[in-house]
Amino acid sequence: MKIATYVNKQNVIHIGKTLRYSLYVITHPLDGFWDLTHEKRGSIAAANIIIFMALLTTVYKLQFTSFLFNKIIWEYEKVTIDILGFIMPIMLGCIANWALTTLFDGKGTMKQIYMAIGYALTPYVIIQLPMIFISNLMTVEEGAFYYYINTFSELWCGLLIISAVMMIHDYSLGKTLLTIIATIAGMILIVFILLLFFSLVTDAFAYFISLYKEIAFRFY
Amino acid sequence: MRRKSIVAVFFCFTVLLLFPSITVQAENNMYTYTYDYWGVERESPDAYEAERLVTGDDLSIGDFKDPQGMFVKDNRIYICDTGNNRIVILEKVNDEITLIDQFSEFTGDTAVNTFSGPQDIYVTDSGDMYICDTNNQRVVQLSSDKKFIKAMVRPVDETVDQKSDFLPLKVVADKSGRIIVLVKNYNKGFVEYKNNGDFAGFIGANEVKFNMTDYIWKMISTKAQRAQMKQFVPTEYNNLSLDQDGFIYCTTSVFKENELKSDKAKPIRKLNAMGTDILIKNGFYPPIGDVWWGSAGGVSGTSKLIDVTAMDNDTYYALDRTRGRIFGYDSQGNLIYAFGSLGNKLGYYQFPTALDHMGNDLLVLDSKFAGITVLTLTPYGELINKALAEYKKGNYDQSAQYWEQVIMQNGNDDMAYIGIGRSLLRQGEYKKAMEYFKLKYDDDNYSKAFQLYRKQWIEKNIGWIMTIFFGLIIIPSLVGFIKKIKREVDEA
Repeated sequence: MKIATYVNKQNVIHIGKTLRYSLYVITHPLDGFWDLTHEKRGSIAAANIIIFMALLTTVYKLQFTSFLFNKIIWEYEKVTIDILGFIMPIMLGCIANWALTTLFDGKGTMKQIYMAIGYALTPYVIIQLPMIFISNLMTVEEGAFYYYINTFSELWCGLLIISAVMMIHDYSLGKTLLTIIATIAGMILIVFILLLFFSLVTDAFAYFISLYKEIAFRFY
Repeated sequence: MRRKSIVAVFFCFTVLLLFPSITVQAENNMYTYTYDYWGVERESPDAYEAERLVTGDDLSIGDFKDPQGMFVKDNRIYICDTGNNRIVILEKVNDEITLIDQFSEFTGDTAVNTFSGPQDIYVTDSGDMYICDTNNQRVVQLSSDKKFIKAMVRPVDETVDQKSDFLPLKVVADKSGRIIVLVKNYNKGFVEYKNNGDFAGFIGANEVKFNMTDYIWKMISTKAQRAQMKQFVPTEYNNLSLDQDGFIYCTTSVFKENELKSDKAKPIRKLNAMGTDILIKNGFYPPIGDVWWGSAGGVSGTSKLIDVTAMDNDTYYALDRTRGRIFGYDSQGNLIYAFGSLGNKLGYYQFPTALDHMGNDLLVLDSKFAGITVLTLTPYGELINKALAEYKKGNYDQSAQYWEQVIMQNGNDDMAYIGIGRSLLRQGEYKKAMEYFKLKYDDDNYSKAFQLYRKQWIEKNIGWIMTIFFGLIIIPSLVGFIKKIKREVDEA
């Protein structure tokens, strides 16, 4: 019953519409990202779908790209690390960007930042997903195309993220670039603090464990 | 509540104590190994086995003392017994190594008729001996009956400091009578003499490379600082030997560690008559000895290759002093196998100084053991040799059959997989060949096979492809066109 209400026709149509809007966003980034939030033409559900597809792309890339372009020691491969390595930067980026822009009169909310980043990953999905298949039809001499197209998709994503930050927060270009650099610094800071926290906690645990061991050795 | 938590903490600790952490260590005492694509050591069956150790005492001529040089000609072994100032000649007949001669004097028209710390010896086809009489600062040429022919001394040339010592360490002479000498502290390459003993020039000097960072540093530093900077010193070699075609194989151990894998250091070189390096390096890693080096057992650092010997089948073996290992490479620069170690057992070395081959046997001279270790091919090593030989002759299928047998004994052997793949490729079994190449990450051969496979596939399926193409593109547009015309007709 509950699922049925969630998957009602209206919702599905809305998600489909907002998902299709991503194609407009990637070709008209400035206009597109402005309307995405201000005209409410995007949805979190669509952003979720795009990020999930991008995650699938990263994982499938490892598994199915031709070995000519994708050298992996399978014995040491941990797919959880790859998944986290993809999800964590997005989450950290959202948090760091939100934390910074709220201080520097950015207009965007956390939700909007997440949505924009999701939409900005569209070229990654629509280019690299087919490239996984195409790479299996290539020889090593033709590899230049593979690398060229993949780099192109990544550059495209980068430009989209810049215009996304610019439009969502209503910033000038210079301020946007500065914010992005500061966001990266903020991400590093968050990671650093997390590491510090974990290492302190483990040290504290280790202290009590060694204390116990010392006592145990004395008395038995 | 509080008591409960204390009990819980203690319970946790007891549970922890139940599972003591055991460090599991894989026993790493393999004698022979290869490196795979990732540079990981892979155990391999023994390709060479130490057969015996020959010492001076066994030959009842008194132990060798710090022997430095060894040369093998046909079935004779010439040893420079440096500490005893003598030359020892051994012969291997019917699996017996016997003494032929030992001498520390020679006859002829020269002031000093003895040796002083001879470091190396080379023997030509005619039996002439070239001996680095190091502490007498000369290279002497003796005939086979120990008569003095001539001596090569410090070159009289403006590039050579006449006050410095002339200490020849290694010598070879090619078929034309050209004599090539490695001299200590000479960094312009090898000293080359004409066949009459005159100085001809230097050969094989390292090219001086332009270094941007050095240049910038020199620009901004003062004159006094510049004088203090380390001068660029070209490579000094530490050994040389000739292969059957007269090319010089030489080794050097003067380089920076980080230059090894990028192939800037070039510890093994093959010089042509012009002195340029023509060694082929098609392996996953350049021939540098060990690809990874740790610091276990008091031994650290890169391989220090101190001698190289080129076999008749164009494979070459290099001797590493750091870890007492011998690295075998094929003519394409692939590592065939590496074996040996430091130690006191037979087949292990203390301070190896020279490596040479007699037929397929390898001989290693150890100056601390003061003896020669003779290593012979095992059936496994023979299989690899046969496979390489057949491949060189162009009998790829025959070669693949040998590789097939190698795989039975060693599933880690990269060359075997690639060899079989090549044979399959020639037979037109592209799909199978691709599998073999893919297993061992051989990009180029895989691409070759895949290209042919792709072509074959398209030729076979061109009918279907065209049908689908028509079905998907032409027909809808045709339908659209017809509809459009129909509409226009209806409107009209």
